[in-house]
This record gives sequence, C-alpha cells and structure tokens, in this order.
Amino acid sequence: MAGQDLAPSPRATGARRARRWSWNDPTTRAIIYQVGLLLLVGLLIWYLAHNTLRNLAARNITTGFDFLQQRAGFSIGESAIEYSPTDSYGRAVLVGLLNTLMVSVVGIVAATVLGTLLGIGRLARNSLVSGLCGIYIEVMRNIPLLLQLYFWYALVTEVMPSARKAFSPLPSVFISNRGLRLPWLQGNAIEWMLGGLALAIAACLLLSHWSRRRQEASGRSFALLPACVALLLALPALGWWISGAGFVVDRPVLKGFNFQGGFTVTPEMFALLAGLVTYTAAYIAEVVRSGIQAVNKGQWEAAASIGLSRARVLRFVILPQTMRVVIPPMTSQYLNLVKNSSLAVAIGYPDIVAVTNTILNQTGQAIEGIAIIMAAYLVVSLSISLFMNWYNKRMALVER
Amino acid sequence: MNKALTLLAAGVALAFASTAAQAGDTYNAVKKKGFVQCGINPGLPGFSLADSKGVWKGLDIDMCRAIAATVFGDASKFKVTPLTTQQRFTALQSGEVDVLTRNSTATIARDTTLGLMSTGTNYYDSQGVIVKKSLGVKSASELDGASVCVLQGTTTELNLADWFRSHKITYKPVVIETSEGGFRTFEAGRCDATTSDKSQLAALRASSSAPDDFVILPEDFSKEPLGPMVRQGDDEWFMVVRWTLNAMLEAEEYGITSKNVEQMLKSDNPNVQRILGVNGEMGKGLGVDNRWAYNIVKQVGNYGESFDRNVGKDSPLKLDRGLNAQWTKGGVMYAWPIR
Repeated sequence: MAGQDLAPSPRATGARRARRWSWNDPTTRAIIYQVGLLLLVGLLIWYLAHNTLRNLAARNITTGFDFLQQRAGFSIGESAIEYSPTDSYGRAVLVGLLNTLMVSVVGIVAATVLGTLLGIGRLARNSLVSGLCGIYIEVMRNIPLLLQLYFWYALVTEVMPSARKAFSPLPSVFISNRGLRLPWLQGNAIEWMLGGLALAIAACLLLSHWSRRRQEASGRSFALLPACVALLLALPALGWWISGAGFVVDRPVLKGFNFQGGFTVTPEMFALLAGLVTYTAAYIAEVVRSGIQAVNKGQWEAAASIGLSRARVLRFVILPQTMRVVIPPMTSQYLNLVKNSSLAVAIGYPDIVAVTNTILNQTGQAIEGIAIIMAAYLVVSLSISLFMNWYNKRMALVER
Repeated sequence: MNKALTLLAAGVALAFASTAAQAGDTYNAVKKKGFVQCGINPGLPGFSLADSKGVWKGLDIDMCRAIAATVFGDASKFKVTPLTTQQRFTALQSGEVDVLTRNSTATIARDTTLGLMSTGTNYYDSQGVIVKKSLGVKSASELDGASVCVLQGTTTELNLADWFRSHKITYKPVVIETSEGGFRTFEAGRCDATTSDKSQLAALRASSSAPDDFVILPEDFSKEPLGPMVRQGDDEWFMVVRWTLNAMLEAEEYGITSKNVEQMLKSDNPNVQRILGVNGEMGKGLGVDNRWAYNIVKQVGNYGESFDRNVGKDSPLKLDRGLNAQWTKGGVMYAWPIR
C-alpha cells in the first residue's frame, strides 16, 4: 500500500508502472534522502526545545504563554484600539502589532507613490529633474536608516517650537514638538460617512473595470476620473445627510500642558514614517527605473509613431510592461520596509518590538517574547509575499 | 536589533547548555577563570560610568571590585559587561555574567519567576519625577495630561501608571530605550516630565548643561531597593556576594576606612578584629581568605567611602545619605553582624 501511495501517478511516469525499490533508482534515493533529512531536522528541533525547557526549569525560570493573560500595568503612547494599563499583556501585544501594521501600510503606499515618481523623474529628459532625483536616491541609499530616523526625530523634537508657542499655518492646525494636531470630526455621522466613502471606492473600482472592458470592446473611452470624484464626494455627503447631519468638528485647543482634542500625528510616528518612506522610496525608485529601462526601446518608438505624447506612452504602453519586471524586487522592498519598522524602538514609537520588549523585561520571559516578535513578522512578511506572488502571477505575461 | 540578537544568543545558550546548574557551579567557575564577570549599567554617572581613560567607576563598580577582593584578594580581578535593561536578566540567567551589579530593583517577581536572587541592598532609592523649573509645577499631582518620558521596560513604567491612576489623572508616556536618550528628549521639550529612580534623575541633571533649570518633585512613587543579584542554585556564591556587601557596611559602622585599616589591625575591639580576620575564622566558612574584609576595605574602601566618592558629598551628584546612612545615623543601612 505504502509503495503505491508514494509512487508517482501513472500520468507523470508515463509507461512505467511498478516501483523498483532499488538504490539505483534516483526517485527512491531522493525519497530516502529527504525522509532522512526530515527526521534529522525534527530531531534537532525536538532536542533544542526539550533541552531549553529542561534548562529553564532547572534555573527556576517560568515558561509558557500564560503571562499574556496577566494585567499589563503599563501605558502605551498611541493605540488604534482602546487600551489602558488594566488590560492584559496579550492586548498590549495586539496594540503593538496594529501600530506596526499601520505604519507598514501607510509607509508602503507612500513609499510606492514617491518611489515611482522618483524613478520616472530619474529618467526625465530634463537634466535638472533627473540630476536631483539621482542625488536624492544616492544620498538616501547611502545613509543608514537608523541615523535618518534620529535625524527626523531630532528635527521634530528639537527644532519645532513648544506646544505653547505652536506654529499654526492654518486655523486649528498646530505644529509643535508634540506633533501635528488637526481638527477632526466627532459624532454619529462619522460611521455613515465612512460607509459612504467605502461604497464610493468600491463603485469606482467596479466602474474602472467596466470602463476598461468597454474600451477594449468598443474603443469608446469613458470619463472615469470625473465620475469617481463625483462619487467620492456625493456618497459620504449622502451618508452625512441620512444620519441627520450629527457631527461636530473637534478642534484642538491648548489646555494645560498640551493640545486637547483633534487628531494627532505624534513626533514618533511622523519620524518613523518620514524615515521609512524617504529611505524605501529611494530603493523603489531604482526598481522602477530599471523596470522602465527593461522595456524595449522599440516600444517607445512604436508608441510615439502613432502620435501619443511621452506622458501617454509612459502611462499606457511602458508602465504596464514595467509592472511585470518590478513586482518581484518591489516585494523585497515592501518586506524591508515592514522589517525596518522595528527600528521604531530607537525613537520611542510603540510598535510590536517596543511593546514586546517592555513585556519581556517585566515578565522576564525572553524566549516567549522573542518568539512572539518573530511569529508576528513571519506572518506579516509571508502575507505580503503571498499577495505579491499572486499579483505577480496575474500580471505575468501569458505566453501561448 | 542588536539587543534582540543578544537575547536570541542567550536563548540559544539555554538551548545548548548541557547540564543544569549545580551548587557551587558559579563559585567554582569564577575561581577557575580568575576574575568576576559583572553585569553593569552601560552609563549611569555615580553608579557605573567609564571615565575618559576607559576606567569604570561608580557605586555599582565598587560593589563588583569588592566581590573580586573577597574572592581573589585583588579588587582588580573583575571584568564588566555593560547591559541594557532588556539584556540584564537574560544575561544573568544564561550565565553570561556571574553577578548583576546594575542598580536593579529587588522584587518578588524577579526572585520567584526569573530564577534570580537578590543578595541585599547597596542603594535605597525611590522613583520620582523631574520637570523644568520654568513649568512652575510644584507637585506631581499637577501633571494631569502631561507627556512623561519613561525608560523602557523598568519597574518605573508600572509605578508611573499605578501612581497616575490612583491619583485619577492622565498622562501620555513617551517610552525611550536609554536613560540618556530619555533625558535628551525631555530636555528638548518632547515631554513635560521624565521619570526614573531619583538617583538617576540627579545623575542626569548633574550631567546636563544647565542643572539649575530642572527640579526633582518631592513625591516618591515607589520603593526601589537596588542591589546585586545572582542566579539561583549556588548558595556559596550567593553568600559571597551578600557578605561582601555586609562587610563594606560593617567596616563603615566600626569606623574602618581604607586609610586607617592598617592601624585597625591592631585594634583591641573584638568586632573589628573579627571583621578584619585578626581573630576568628569568618572567611573560611565562605571559602575565601580570612582577611577578605581587610582586602575590601584596603582596596575599595568601606560603604561610606564608596558612597561619598561616587554619589555623595565628594561627587558631582552630591546626593544626601538619607535612607542610605547607617542605622546608627538615621538611615536603614543595617549590616548583619560578622560574628
């Protein structure tokens, strides 16, 4: 039975039916080698885990993940979900993870936009533009990210005025060494408006899909941009109207030591995002540049010969082909950005590493703490990798 | 990432370590290698700081030197491993250092869940808050809504949260990795206040460019008994560290200093004779030379000398003896008798 199970299907092996259990059969050899290697690796892992646990027990060190249910007792500067020191360590880890994800998502989007523009700029025929982009890329790529983070953080905390002397470029917008304070909306209309916005985005995506189909089929183009802008404005406004227009503008006001109310971008978050985006964008720019240069020159010439402007050639002919080349290296850059966000600990942004370090230090459960950090990064990185691989397959040239 | 690597290395060390700790292990290993490996604070004026020549100095360094004097009769037979707050306990657990002389607070959790053992207190501290004088704040209870810089992963973070909650006021923590980093961020104005053990605040204030601009608020958030820690499982080594500290305190109580120790050898006070090993066999039980306390006082000084030189009146910090005075002088430094 076992032999039959292991045997390749008849379709794969073609004419051969019976398995010859001989050392001379390369398939058999391969199976034996692999099973042996698997056993060895398994044994090593078992030995390490067993020995670690025994040593920890011998040294009277508590093990296990029970501590995640204990009361954390420390505050976290910023969190996307409700959190107070009376919550558990587990929730604190979640707060840290969400902070990491937030910075990663915003960072990836911003770095992609900036990097693409820089990469295109690098190839501009205007030598001033291409020179400046070149200088930016070289400077950013050759300074360690940690130094850049310190630079951005010092820029906010040491150069910006104190809260009481905050710089106010617009009414109710304040910039100080406590961060950027913006007016924000408050009230039950918010959810309706957000719902409207989500609906509008979904409608825009469907619309763009439909308009592309129609253009491919009939050649007639559709004014996508105005339609989308109208949708994005109208649907939230409709939500606001339906919900009874119940919201107030929450304006930041200076009270006590700091501004109260409104929306805050803390100096830590700003410094981390600024550092990650400007640094990663330089690498993305190089990826985009090489991707554009990988497209055959004949494509430019052919597109130009039918009278398209350079901008339209870039948008409709070159960039779609560039995508196929840039997705794999772009994936690496995204992964780098996520992993580099762990440098947040140096400037006090409460990402997962910073929070888990605190927990690890209070509970002393170093092995568990590091395991949590590693697992979190592994899951996030693999998710990005899987998504990008799926996207790559979708975009890849289908050859017939 | 460097820190995570150290921790990982410690974890790996635990994974590959073949034998469990046995009584006498640390003690024998220290004797065999010929020096004591102390885990210390990488930079805290008065407690452990390398001077311009790279020589480590401070109250905690003196503790380490005294242990070397006890074991080897030579206070120079020690090496130091600077450790951050994150690294310290793992480094001790995994055997990277023999003893932690690194202003660490003794707590029951550390003794019972980390496999560590506090050997005594060489500095009684409390957690406080420092603010800029220009803020005009007189008490920590006026700090509602303030941003507070705090050192990552210390008992400080917990005490701060507890204290503010019990006083029903709020704050925003800005958690910084190192104490100098925290103070610099505070100086720049990112935080309204910064919190730490009061001795650390005094040290940081003393090393700032304008010490008079800052004021340490009167509130004590906690008790912080700081002292050396060892791993569990080696009673001999534990006793060596504990009695080294006691010997420094006893020497001060009986007026034995590094300057008069030679004359004191001729003293007819039986206590002094026992401490200095002229009479009795006190060192033998510890497995060290009978003149161990003599060696400590001769080479390092008694506790009071070490205090004055590093953090007290002869130092830039100018900390009061306060709780750290001898019990005979209104403090709580009360050594167990050497007899």
